[in-house]
Amino acid sequence: MLDKVTKQKLVVIGNGMAGIRTVEALLERAPDLYDITVFGSEPYGNYNRILLSPVLAGEKTVDDIMLNTVDWYEDNNITLRKGETITMIDRRTCEVVTEAGERVPYDRLLIATGSNPIMLPLPGKDLPGVIGFRDIYDVDRMIKASTDYRNAVVIGGGLLGLEAANGLMKRGMNVTVVHLLDTLMERQLDPVAGGLLRKSLEERGMVFKMPAQTQAILGEDRVTGVRFGDGTELPADLVVMAVGIRPNFELAKKAGLYCERGIVVSDTMQTYDGRIYAVGECVQHRRQTYGLVAPLFDQAKVCANHLAMKGFATYDGSVTSTKLKVTGIDLFSAGDFAPGPDKEEIVLQDANRGVYKRIILKDKKIVGAVLYGDTIDGPWYFQHLRDGTDVSHMRERLVFGAANLGDGGVSGQSSVAAMSDETEICGCNGVCKGAIVKAISEKKLFTLDDVRAHTKASSSCGSCTGLVEQVLAFTLGGDYSAAPKVKPLCKCTDHSHDDVRRVIVEQQLKTIPAVMRFMEWKTLNGCHSCRPALNYYLLATWPGEYRDDQQSRFINERVHANIQKDGTYSVVPRMWGGVTTPSELRAIADVAEKFNIPTVKVTGGQRIDLLGVKKEDLPAVWADLNDAGMVSGHAYAKGLRTVKTCVGSEWCRFGTQDSTGLGVKLEKFMWGSWTPAKVKLGVSGCPRNCAEATCKDVGVVCVDSGYEIHFAGAAGLHIKGTEFLTKVETEDECLEVIVALTQLYREEGWYLERMYKWCDRVGLEQIRKRVVDDVANRKALFARFGYSQQFAQTDPWAERASRGVDRNEFAPLAELELA
Amino acid sequence: MTQWIEIGALTDIPRLGSRVVRTPGGNIAVFRTESDEVFALDDRCPHKGGPLSQGIVHNKRVTCPLHNFVIELASGQAVAPDEGCTHTHPAKVENGVVWLSVRQAAAVS
Repeated sequence: MLDKVTKQKLVVIGNGMAGIRTVEALLERAPDLYDITVFGSEPYGNYNRILLSPVLAGEKTVDDIMLNTVDWYEDNNITLRKGETITMIDRRTCEVVTEAGERVPYDRLLIATGSNPIMLPLPGKDLPGVIGFRDIYDVDRMIKASTDYRNAVVIGGGLLGLEAANGLMKRGMNVTVVHLLDTLMERQLDPVAGGLLRKSLEERGMVFKMPAQTQAILGEDRVTGVRFGDGTELPADLVVMAVGIRPNFELAKKAGLYCERGIVVSDTMQTYDGRIYAVGECVQHRRQTYGLVAPLFDQAKVCANHLAMKGFATYDGSVTSTKLKVTGIDLFSAGDFAPGPDKEEIVLQDANRGVYKRIILKDKKIVGAVLYGDTIDGPWYFQHLRDGTDVSHMRERLVFGAANLGDGGVSGQSSVAAMSDETEICGCNGVCKGAIVKAISEKKLFTLDDVRAHTKASSSCGSCTGLVEQVLAFTLGGDYSAAPKVKPLCKCTDHSHDDVRRVIVEQQLKTIPAVMRFMEWKTLNGCHSCRPALNYYLLATWPGEYRDDQQSRFINERVHANIQKDGTYSVVPRMWGGVTTPSELRAIADVAEKFNIPTVKVTGGQRIDLLGVKKEDLPAVWADLNDAGMVSGHAYAKGLRTVKTCVGSEWCRFGTQDSTGLGVKLEKFMWGSWTPAKVKLGVSGCPRNCAEATCKDVGVVCVDSGYEIHFAGAAGLHIKGTEFLTKVETEDECLEVIVALTQLYREEGWYLERMYKWCDRVGLEQIRKRVVDDVANRKALFARFGYSQQFAQTDPWAERASRGVDRNEFAPLAELELA
Repeated sequence: MTQWIEIGALTDIPRLGSRVVRTPGGNIAVFRTESDEVFALDDRCPHKGGPLSQGIVHNKRVTCPLHNFVIELASGQAVAPDEGCTHTHPAKVENGVVWLSVRQAAAVS
């Protein structure tokens, strides 16, 4: 650890969420780089400002919303100077000056002064009883007023105003909300949703006066009333101004830093003075200012990276979503929903149920969403919005949400707010709602990743991700930190899957270390997420050239069997098209008896599974199966798994084509190929579809006149019927299209992204164009697949059973007999 | 007193990989990092007993193949926020030979 004297000095002005989040991120990246001093005007540690509304409403206490207590600063060797205000920044001498005149030097300065409530310049605005809604002090004053007085007027019908009004109402006051416009929360809501919101707040007893302009605040020693533009007056003992916030950049401006509506910062969160950074509500980035927490966290991360001298991240702006923190009212809005000539809208309105949904599309993508009454799909729409997904193929059903599209997971739950604490959210890891809520409140979690790490919810299959995000939004009551727009491959890098795949090709990178070096991986050897992904990308990009890295393979692919919960393995021999013979069955029976294999089971993919094989027995088991003519069934692979078939025209009285024969042909051509995620095929001999081909990754449905090719189905986490790709007349064409499709997926899919997810992301039309319409491209894809197959079609079992490949893998290093 | 037992050559363990040493008290996983350091841990994840020797090794950590718990090779501790600890055993390399000292308490448990 560096000596305190020699360390660089970082001074942080502002002890709020943005500043401290930056400090936390900095400590993670470079714990000993700086000697850190934090100045905060408020006499507290850092607290969660977005939860002030629940404190006001009496649903939480101040202690509940503390994020960093005074002890935290001590534990991290941070000097916290609370209750001290900085009055000047002296850039010439690199010092800040406190109210008391003390000069404190800095090497790097971080300005996180947040924002101030806008106080309308009305007559009477300085009277006692007129307050803003911004900090604990304001909340204290409101709570006190609610015990001593009756009538409150809240000026401003935006998010903050309504939350303040709701809180005061809950504390027993008569509350009137005054709003300049005729739509509540007009920045987040359209008039219809605004109307629904107003109606339900009125039912709770809130009174609205809108549109109305406040002209003066009345009173002598204390506020007594409010007068409006139309001459009417309302009695008031408390007036809360919640018309908006204004970035607080006076200090920066005085220091000569360039400011417009906020402190102007670059993509690395630096001001025009490179030694001075700024984050949070006080900044203006690419002409935008933000008043929500998610963007602040994105900024904090980037700023911390730069301060830690790991300058690989840039902030590209944020798309935000909002949820109103009024208990019992479900309201969600995200993106841009102002009508425009190039925009299209899908609207669902059900007045009786109190449900309103409006999705705004532009160029086949979601650009905005307003949901009222039923907000379960908010995060799902928001995800598509951020990812810029082409949603044209699901447009018809889009407004009904993820569950209707078969994308909602298996739990079938919808409203998180209505769930009891015991309701299981994550079926994989058995995590119930109460546990997630508890972790979020106690461990101060803000992001989906935090929740995954601490509770394991949504960390396995991911189908409950939407629900977990709902619990987050519900518990935090507001806008939680959403994932960045472009998802990094894993935590070891900021680059996306697409970036990595592109750079591997462009830079001719041919080993995992070369990729990590060139793309500046943050970790030494990557992790269990990125190494298998990189290994696959290199293998798929450089067939025959890249040497498969066994240590970057998940165990199943390393030992060519599936690990089970007790550390034994399961073995599935290949049965082409699901067809077997008496001698194969006899051999399987013999193997099972010879090696005391406890369970023999038929799989869903028409294979036989031998479960409970000891690792050291694997090569011998394989040798016996090889002797009977069987090879690896790749039931463990991110690769071609099974081709399921029905008996087809050879036996079936309804069969139109030889579905079994085609299935065998496909499997013999495609086995051994590695793909981004598993690939399962099905071939049905007639539209009765006994092979269930229309929920496979690729499915063929034979008809009298030829072969219908379908793809992008799923019947696991998600249930999704296939998309129709094309119809062809001959088996050869059928093979060519399916192989070309698979090759395109191999070249473009993200690791672990199933074919249906890939199709969702890239778009059905795009894929059809390149695989079906562009014949030359199809043939080129087919040829590339064929080329790669010559290196892939070696039976891994035979290599290990008889040729001694990886012998070490299956034998212990030593056997010790200890005394 | 530490009693060292020779268990094999360093090259018998793949880089960023692991091999198992059988003992009467259960398997011990011996790991080799990229920089040829070796570490020995009980071959049981503190979470659900998964065989750590079968996991992916990265830097000085291993990820359990069953549920992706990440374990510090040096201390046996699960990486936060996961909790739990796997017993470690002293291990060292001298002139390309790997030595292990089985800590009985662990081997029995």
